[in-house]
Amino acid sequence: MRDNKNKWLLVTSAAVLALGTASLASANTLQNTIQRGAVQCGVSDGLPGFSAPDDQGEWQGLDVDVCRAVAAAVFGDADAVRYISLNAVERFTALQSGEVDVLSRNTTWTTTRDTTLGLNFTGVTFYDGIGFMINRDLGVSSALDLDGAAICVQSGTTTELNVADYFRANGMEFDPIVFDTSEQTVGGYEAGRCDVLTSDTSQLAALRIQLSDPDQSVILPEIISKEPLGPVVRQGDDQWFNIVKWSLFAMLNAEEMGITQENVDEMRNSDDPDIARLLGQDGNYGEGMGLDANWAYNIISQVGNYGESFERNVGMGSPLQIERGINALWTNGGIQYAPPIR
Amino acid sequence: MTVQHKMIEARPAPGNTVGPIAWLRINLFSGPVNTVFTLLGLYLLYVLLTPTIQWAFINADWVGTSRDDCSREGACWVFVNARLTQFIYGLYPRTELWRVNIVFATFAVLIAWLAIPRLPLKRWVALATLVAFPVFAFFLLYGGYFGLRVVETHRWGGLMLTLILAVVGMVAALPIGILLALGRRSQMPIVKSFCVVFIEFWRGVPLITILFMASVMLPLFLPTGVSVDRLVRALIGITLFQSAYMAEVIRGGLQAIPRGQEEAAAALGMGYWMRMGLIVLPQALKMMIPGIVNTFISLFKDTTLVMIIGLFDLLGIVQAALSDSRWLGFALEGYVFAAFMFWIFCFSMSRYSQYLERKLHTGHKR
Repeated sequence: MRDNKNKWLLVTSAAVLALGTASLASANTLQNTIQRGAVQCGVSDGLPGFSAPDDQGEWQGLDVDVCRAVAAAVFGDADAVRYISLNAVERFTALQSGEVDVLSRNTTWTTTRDTTLGLNFTGVTFYDGIGFMINRDLGVSSALDLDGAAICVQSGTTTELNVADYFRANGMEFDPIVFDTSEQTVGGYEAGRCDVLTSDTSQLAALRIQLSDPDQSVILPEIISKEPLGPVVRQGDDQWFNIVKWSLFAMLNAEEMGITQENVDEMRNSDDPDIARLLGQDGNYGEGMGLDANWAYNIISQVGNYGESFERNVGMGSPLQIERGINALWTNGGIQYAPPIR
Repeated sequence: MTVQHKMIEARPAPGNTVGPIAWLRINLFSGPVNTVFTLLGLYLLYVLLTPTIQWAFINADWVGTSRDDCSREGACWVFVNARLTQFIYGLYPRTELWRVNIVFATFAVLIAWLAIPRLPLKRWVALATLVAFPVFAFFLLYGGYFGLRVVETHRWGGLMLTLILAVVGMVAALPIGILLALGRRSQMPIVKSFCVVFIEFWRGVPLITILFMASVMLPLFLPTGVSVDRLVRALIGITLFQSAYMAEVIRGGLQAIPRGQEEAAAALGMGYWMRMGLIVLPQALKMMIPGIVNTFISLFKDTTLVMIIGLFDLLGIVQAALSDSRWLGFALEGYVFAAFMFWIFCFSMSRYSQYLERKLHTGHKR
């Protein structure tokens, strides 16, 4: 009787332990994904330009394109994705518990998240941060000209503090006009209570469309805080980590080499060794990740390069009209940089 | 002296007691105070309704395909129009919508059959609705058999998902609720305490917590690789929660039946299930209709909570559509549409329950 009881205790505690470590020791994600036939991708439950269903019911957005790129690399089919919409609270649990393979949901890369949650950030898809929107008529082209401006800001956000820091650091004064919600903030800006509206740039672009005359306002190029957004995977599966990381790098490298969705087939015959390596014409660089040589070709032909994805979803080709700014490639004055494929 | 050999013809009522003018005088202008209130009410209606009608109809844009077709002076129903398929079917593949339509149509026919008194075979149709239809609906919606493409539940959404959640919740919660209510009144200590604990536990926790537990915590307790579908998790959560509420509504009805009824049935030699099934429950359920429908309506509206676990019910899909960068800034139209759809369903349920009450009215009410 007693033995029995002990045995049960042992089994239970073993089970609890196993559960505790399950997220860390989770098996081969690539194999599971292939077996399932689709990448399970955690996206937001609707964020303009990053992930939202379009009129046809298909998911669109910058975050969504990461999911599609991974699916293209793994299956050669960018549509082999199962989108799971997650809210901010459950996103990490969903990843830890294996409900999603990749979390691509405008998640800011921070130390705490990277080191204590059993997660790994694979790169940066969008360098977000606090920016300024201003009436075109004021003729201001840089945030450094904003000395003495009245600024509409939402209360209780880190935005307020960051803006104060920025102005103090640059020896400028400003007059904060504080509102409770983002709608009120836009209302205050529209009513002329302030000259400048401040928020995260991705957010600003979405707010701008809702103004009665969006073209009258411009978003200044300066970004004054660091909100690097990127895809996240579970710790403990380096192969899968590499796949997601290099899917993004492939898109960045493709843009750098000028390979687009349209010309990728011509580019396959290119003599440039860099291009030949990326498109699998010279050696198999997918092998180390358990993929075939066409992995990058599939991404570019089905999803496009990073620049195309950016323009289509949040850039000039989209209603959001966000400037590339620091999200431009390093060769164009931005900070998007991918290690070489060799 | 005149003698009248015929009955005197009935004369019409005096002009000031019949007709619309009299009605107005009696109901709206019967005194100075009422006259003032009537005029005030009319003024308020005018002030509130004019801009609403202006916004919703007169200045509204109805046709078009994109935001450029909206003048922004009134409501832009173009948005709702462009998204209507999505609001109803969620992200269900466009080519497979006929499957959902068949399920909708079958359901409507079955419900209509049950609701129209003249049609025969009620018992069989009811059985089909409760047993065969859910199986049929599941296979048709999910697919994977008979050459149908599999449509995973994460693509289900919109009104379709709201209806699935509500109907499954209602259909499953009623029998479980009846059993729990009977169990709670039972003399058997184990059955009784199980039912009490079950009811008090599920009733004591907010639905949003249950859904959150089901979506966030449950996956951590399951072994890796084993995952229960989100929709199934939500359905189980809603059913358990709802059956606890239902049990208490039904227990209230059971208590209203005089003890003599059950004793008389026992005296006739009926066993427990016969006493309950033939004597007590038919009388009790009839009286509980307002309570049960009340619970159903609140369940129907509670289904919107699944939004927080990432399922796109009607309200959720409207919100998701609002964040499409091509349609930013039409929140009001989207929410008005969602509210209107919810109102249609809740109001129909309410009307049907009133009809049922009248039909089953056998002299209980005083």
